[in-house]
Amino acid sequence: MKTFLFAAVLLAAVPAMADETIQLKAGNGMEMVQSTCSACHSVDYIVMNSPFLDRAKWEASVVKMKKVFKAVIDDKDVPTIVDYLTAQYGPAK
Amino acid sequence: MISRREALIGGASLLAFTGIGTAGRATWAAGAPVSSGVPEGAAAEAELGTLAGKKPLIRLSHRPPNYETPVEYFKDVITPNDVFFVRYHHGHIPELTAAEWTCQIRGEGVEKPFTLSLASLKADFQSVEMVAVCQCSGNRRGLSKPHVPGVQWGYGAMGNAKWKGVRLKDVLTKAGLKGQTIEVAFNGADKAVMTGGPDFMKSLPVWKAMDENVLLVYEMNGAPLPHWNGFPVRLIVPGWTGTYWMKHLTTIEALTQPFNQFWMAPAYRIPQGKFPLVDRFISQETDAKTTPITEIVVNSLITSLTEGQKVTVGHPVEVKGIAWDAGYGIRTVEVSTDGGETWHRAVLGADLGRFSFKPWSHSFVPSKAGKHTVMVKATNPQGATQTFELVFNPAGYHNNVIETITIEAA
Repeated sequence: MKTFLFAAVLLAAVPAMADETIQLKAGNGMEMVQSTCSACHSVDYIVMNSPFLDRAKWEASVVKMKKVFKAVIDDKDVPTIVDYLTAQYGPAK
Repeated sequence: MISRREALIGGASLLAFTGIGTAGRATWAAGAPVSSGVPEGAAAEAELGTLAGKKPLIRLSHRPPNYETPVEYFKDVITPNDVFFVRYHHGHIPELTAAEWTCQIRGEGVEKPFTLSLASLKADFQSVEMVAVCQCSGNRRGLSKPHVPGVQWGYGAMGNAKWKGVRLKDVLTKAGLKGQTIEVAFNGADKAVMTGGPDFMKSLPVWKAMDENVLLVYEMNGAPLPHWNGFPVRLIVPGWTGTYWMKHLTTIEALTQPFNQFWMAPAYRIPQGKFPLVDRFISQETDAKTTPITEIVVNSLITSLTEGQKVTVGHPVEVKGIAWDAGYGIRTVEVSTDGGETWHRAVLGADLGRFSFKPWSHSFVPSKAGKHTVMVKATNPQGATQTFELVFNPAGYHNNVIETITIEAA
């Protein structure tokens, strides 16, 4: 919830970029991905980088966001986020 | 300079572009002229979008804003400010004012640190004008095979502008550069969103910082820099990729140790030895396998034709476009109209300086009906040229694969 509020405040502060309604695909973990990732960037980044990243690459990306960019992601939530990205935006099985 | 004819053709093409009937290289299904070959997700998601002060550009991401210039605009050798591409790493981008802007010149490597204002930058230093290409390191990343993560740029993460400013060397000299200075680091006003995230900063080796072509610019094509291109002052490093062209400059710091930060390593690296010999950045060669990206590789683009375009047998077809490199100059541009079997020298156009796009043209008459595969290849005076196959690297940099467009004569 904290991150979600932060994202809302950020959007309000940058009106020139606020028009970013991007509907992610429905699926388990979608809300968590939406709120966590959009704290720093619009989630069109996810759609743009699809569907060619496999689980290992999505995981590397999420870990980079946490470790390098200091995204607020609980370690216990990482698998949910990676599962969602792999299932919805990974290569076709 | 640009001929009236070229200007007219450019104008006409923009009218066509804003219409909906244009076929070709562009994929129009998503409503934006996305380059074919980008990932499906990017093709589906990219749209024409408008930032304040800009015409509609191909929006790859909202926040941070990443917008590329549609290829049609490269029919003009100078890229207008309102269609010049936009690239940011962070979503926090303050709007600076000319009156309040200052830049600190400081660091262990200077004798006399001082603060620059825009008024003193304009009044106290000799002004210089230069035409130079700004090209994102990741231009054409979206065409990488296999695809690699990042902003999935097509052909338009670049532009060519006439910049006006002062030499960085003169500013550093005023501050009194010490002999121990090894690099000069730059920061801009944009910030990481999360506390502790890596502020976007870059450094140059001191020899490059003292190069007479490296400028602090406040004008672009005769107007103040657009906000989205670094207002009020940005660094330009002609010949080197856009990553070094720091926007919204706030500090310039002379360092006596190599700058150790995420955006220097591991970001913006190319594998050692995979690309032609270029300017080395030796103090940043901190691992055996990679080296900082520096110079732009030789490249070219066809701007007069689109994929699948219909032409008439027996009537001349104008193959036109631009070529550029890191500032060695373009020696030859060769065009093939038979899929690479034979090559013909294109006629080179106006010379706006060695760091500029170089226009070229070649006319041919299709003598028989059917498909004609048009290719273009530029070569610089060092003999460096373009590749037929992608030189793969994990960040998708330096894609200068020879462009191929197939047209149909009837």
